[in-house]
Amino acid sequence: MKLKIYDYKKFNQNYRSKNSFALLLVALFGFVSCSEDDGVSASKQVLTTFKFTHNWDGTPVTSADFNAIQYTNANGELLSIERLRYVVSDIILTTSSNENLVLDVYNLVDVTNTTNLIFTPQIRIPKGSYKVSFTFGFDNEDNSENYLDLNSDSFNVPDNLGGGYHYMQFDGKFINADDAEQGFNYHAIRAVDDPGMTPTFPQDTFITVNLGVITITDNPEIEVQMNIAQWFKSPNRWDLNVLNQMLMPNSNAQIQMFENGQNVFSLGTVTQ
Amino acid sequence: MTRRGLPIGFFIFLCLSCSNEDMGYEPTAKSLDIPQIFSENIIAPIIPTDNPQTSQGVALGKKLFFDKILSANGTQACASCHAPQNAFTDNGPLSAGIDGIFGSRNSMPLFNLAWNYNERFNWDGASLSLERQALEPVENPLELHSNWGAVVDRLQSHPDYPELFRLAFETTVITKELAAKAIAQFERTLISANSKFDRYSLGQATLTPQELNGLDVFSREDKGDCFHCHGNPNNPLWTNNDFHNNGLDATFVDLGLGAVTGDPNDNGKFRSPSLRNLEYTAPFMHDGRFATIEEVIDHYSEGLQNSSTIDPLMKQINQGGVQLSDPDKADLKAFLLTLSDPSFINNLDFQN
Repeated sequence: MKLKIYDYKKFNQNYRSKNSFALLLVALFGFVSCSEDDGVSASKQVLTTFKFTHNWDGTPVTSADFNAIQYTNANGELLSIERLRYVVSDIILTTSSNENLVLDVYNLVDVTNTTNLIFTPQIRIPKGSYKVSFTFGFDNEDNSENYLDLNSDSFNVPDNLGGGYHYMQFDGKFINADDAEQGFNYHAIRAVDDPGMTPTFPQDTFITVNLGVITITDNPEIEVQMNIAQWFKSPNRWDLNVLNQMLMPNSNAQIQMFENGQNVFSLGTVTQ
Repeated sequence: MTRRGLPIGFFIFLCLSCSNEDMGYEPTAKSLDIPQIFSENIIAPIIPTDNPQTSQGVALGKKLFFDKILSANGTQACASCHAPQNAFTDNGPLSAGIDGIFGSRNSMPLFNLAWNYNERFNWDGASLSLERQALEPVENPLELHSNWGAVVDRLQSHPDYPELFRLAFETTVITKELAAKAIAQFERTLISANSKFDRYSLGQATLTPQELNGLDVFSREDKGDCFHCHGNPNNPLWTNNDFHNNGLDATFVDLGLGAVTGDPNDNGKFRSPSLRNLEYTAPFMHDGRFATIEEVIDHYSEGLQNSSTIDPLMKQINQGGVQLSDPDKADLKAFLLTLSDPSFINNLDFQN
């Protein structure tokens, strides 16, 4: 018997209104009939916890390190971090037979205020080996929804800039070419052209992050690492003297963020 | 005992077994009337579990808010500096207390306080709940300059207050904590969500081309870039209630949040006020330095002062700001005035 594909969005569009109990029931009932043919055990189901950590080329970064100009980017500019928060969504676990278990969830990781650095979707999954991925930001469908908690956190993108939500707000200061401190706002959103009444979208800029294969045996804690330095590194060496503020209506900058963001995240330690 | 006598006897038994203060009376729960524009866009307000809203608590809080009995010499009330017609602030840059001495901060307007999710109140975030905030002005020597012991004595010997406290909190023993709870309950009812823009968002009003362009200026990162700190149509609080150094000074006379946290990185940071009801709340900023909305817009356009803690969201600081054109400034003001809520300042429930 093959494992069914559980696209939780189809079961419950209202998960984001915290109606997780129904999803839990779906998961519990759904997997009862599964065999272990795909390396997935139906005998016990577990919760997965994601722990988001941050570093600058390997040096740990927490909010305690903010506000001090102490990091050097690939272009040689000294900079500080003053604010960092971003959204991850749609965690997907793929079995060895390419069946997807989609956790239709999102989490605003707020490094500045040290909130939501640990995230446990309240959806139980069968033990087994999965390719694990998630979305940095929101895909376009999810980005068009109305999230009361993100509104309350003022994480919106105004309609004239395409609407929806920021993917990331990363603010700080750098030492510019005149040897003076200057602010930067590395804000990632859905790339947009023609800001105003009828904005257009040149290409998608949410990022699918693949963490690789993880064998889940018992309520794992999966560390997701963000190398902040990578946002400035490759393939586009970021020149903060050129690209520092007002980047939201700059679709070329957004596409460069998208390209640099492909290798920002990586799998850290898995404990279980 | 006759069949008729049984219930009478039972009633007498019940009465004898109860004190005067627990005869089964409970204050009437009265949840906040959450506006549609809030319920559709932002999460629920913060109501402390140990201070639920009740009709009697709100009524007591309202009476206390307007009663000069809280001041040492009976000359001022909370409402002296937080007047309904000014969206519960006053119209001076700074406010004088009962001794005629002015404080150092502009009186903050009071509305939508239950939606301050991180519960840091005052310009500098010093008060960590509305209840704690309500305690402070009574003893502040620059405000009501009283002490709570004396205030409680006056309330306790008042002909009405002991009964009002019993109705609100089921005890006639008055404490400063209960007085603060009542004031906080009243303050949480001060909800403003019926501006022209609210009605526009609900499809019940239209904006002029000038007002719409003003919204565009507000919402464009390459123009006003107001939305990162002051909400947006999906966050109708029109503030993030967070703390920012918005470039008022190169050096600080008032450290703001920094004096509270002790962190020099917080020096010069003050809480973003809501942009609702600007029409009634001049002058502006924590020290009331700007008399008009035009002066505020000019500040962000050309008047920014650099400092080590200026928020990186401040743009083009070396040019003084975002360099808005005169027409864009006028349109931005026109939009901001659509956030005025005359029904709030005229609401009889909020008047003395």
